Amino acid sequence: MSRFVRLGETDRPAITVHVDGAPVGALEGDTLMVALLNQGSVLRQSEFGPEKRAGFCLMGACQDCWVWTESGDRLRACSTLAASGQRILTSQPEASWPNNA
Amino acid sequence: MAEQRMSPRVIIVGAGPAGTRAAQACVQAGVRPILLDEGRRDGGQIYRRQPDNFTRPYAKLYGSEAGRAQALHETFNGLKSAIDYRPETLVWNIAGGQVWTASATYADAIPFDALLLCTGATDRLMPVKGWQFAGSYSLGGSQVALKSQAVSIGHNVVFMGSGPLLYLVASQYVEAGANVVAVLDTAPYSARIKALPDLLAVPSVLWNGVTLTMKLKRAGVAVHNGVTPLEIIGNADSGVSAVRFRTGAGTEQDIVCDAVAMGHHLRPETQLADLARCAFAFDPGTRQWLPERDSDGRSSVAGVYLAGDGAKILGARSAEASGRLAALAALADLGLPVDKGEMTSLRGDVGTYAKFARGLAKAFPWPSHQASQLPDDAILCRCEGVTAGDLRGIMRQTGAKEANRAKAFSRVGMGRCQGRYCGLAAAELIAAEADIPIEQVGRLRGQAPVKPLTIAIGDDQ
Repeated sequence: MSRFVRLGETDRPAITVHVDGAPVGALEGDTLMVALLNQGSVLRQSEFGPEKRAGFCLMGACQDCWVWTESGDRLRACSTLAASGQRILTSQPEASWPNNA
Repeated sequence: MAEQRMSPRVIIVGAGPAGTRAAQACVQAGVRPILLDEGRRDGGQIYRRQPDNFTRPYAKLYGSEAGRAQALHETFNGLKSAIDYRPETLVWNIAGGQVWTASATYADAIPFDALLLCTGATDRLMPVKGWQFAGSYSLGGSQVALKSQAVSIGHNVVFMGSGPLLYLVASQYVEAGANVVAVLDTAPYSARIKALPDLLAVPSVLWNGVTLTMKLKRAGVAVHNGVTPLEIIGNADSGVSAVRFRTGAGTEQDIVCDAVAMGHHLRPETQLADLARCAFAFDPGTRQWLPERDSDGRSSVAGVYLAGDGAKILGARSAEASGRLAALAALADLGLPVDKGEMTSLRGDVGTYAKFARGLAKAFPWPSHQASQLPDDAILCRCEGVTAGDLRGIMRQTGAKEANRAKAFSRVGMGRCQGRYCGLAAAELIAAEADIPIEQVGRLRGQAPVKPLTIAIGDDQ
């Protein structure tokens, strides 16, 4: 079930973003957070507790809505616009470090 | 030979009501300021603009403040070619006489002759057991969802906390067609009666508040005053499922919901003033440490000016006046001619709004005692899941009674939000536990970067 509920402004072109490999339908002008939470109820797993998270402040202050691009760039889902063809990961991609020991 | 005089370098941080009016004053004086804005568009949080392809009219978006919002946006549109506007730009430090900025791809350090900090506010939060569950949002965040994205934060929403924003956002949700289950206000109704003399300083805003409450009741929304929030009940996977609270009459009650918007009015974003080394003073009215400023907005540091809610929470109308006033003060200090009469009248306006703000603080008091009553298993720091009991244990073990020392040992205030949402409650908890006045706990020092930076920033674009 979705967490967010659309209350208007639905007459916008549809776009598709990919989240963890699966297509997610969104509307042009949606933030990533709105795109994700209109499809599901959570954004990510907390690193510090058992619970899942769905953002908190929506104004770029709390950093609770981090998601990642496939190349590892961190994005705030609340302040990043969804765009067609985007490929988003909801957990941080594994960093690989050269082992020179 | 004509003397060539460089135009003064004025930097404004923030493009909300204070920053926009400050920029306008600069342009009118023939100065082209740099306006640094973290937002994608001007307006700040209160007059945040919706994306270009949204079509809701001003009246629908901003209600009673539609005229002010539109006037501010139009002013900004008219200024655009006369200012150096840099949206989506984070100011992450102020050091060495320079403002350090970062955007997605570009970093810069900009020297200045005058710096106007119009940094705005974030929600003031009192943690409630279970507030880590998905579906708990800050009150301001719930408003952003509606205003800038036309969504509700849930199917059945409870508004819990206190302050004018609680009623405003709840009624905006009702009007937009969201299902608002209840408004739970921690302030007793009697507090509002006591605050009336101060609130009458700005009768139109007082009247707006009265009509909001009536509108909510007419719409069938349960409005409870004088409640004590007890728990946000939820599940680790699916999030919020109910809110438990004690009514003013003392009975416990659960309300089923899938979203909670919580907040106790606002707190100023003072980190940049701190990094600029502005002196702070304890403000007993709000129980917060605030940057000092004179009646025009001059901080304790020469060339640094403070305006709007980023200095002290006085509201959007006051921010327009204090933003313009601080800019005029800066221009006067730079030796430019300014209208002294206008400055006097702006000072009067700011004073009137300050009286109203004192009324609001009385009408919707910060429930400081709730911090000390947080159960040991309640999460205090939402970022890293540190509980109230963890902080109490650290205090017993280490004797830490000062905010930064307690933070170092407990990590409360050290997470991603850098203490924005737990810091004030943590200070109250420490004060109660150590049995010392809140001002002795001190304040969390601002740390650069004031928000996390991304790694992929070059300085050569």
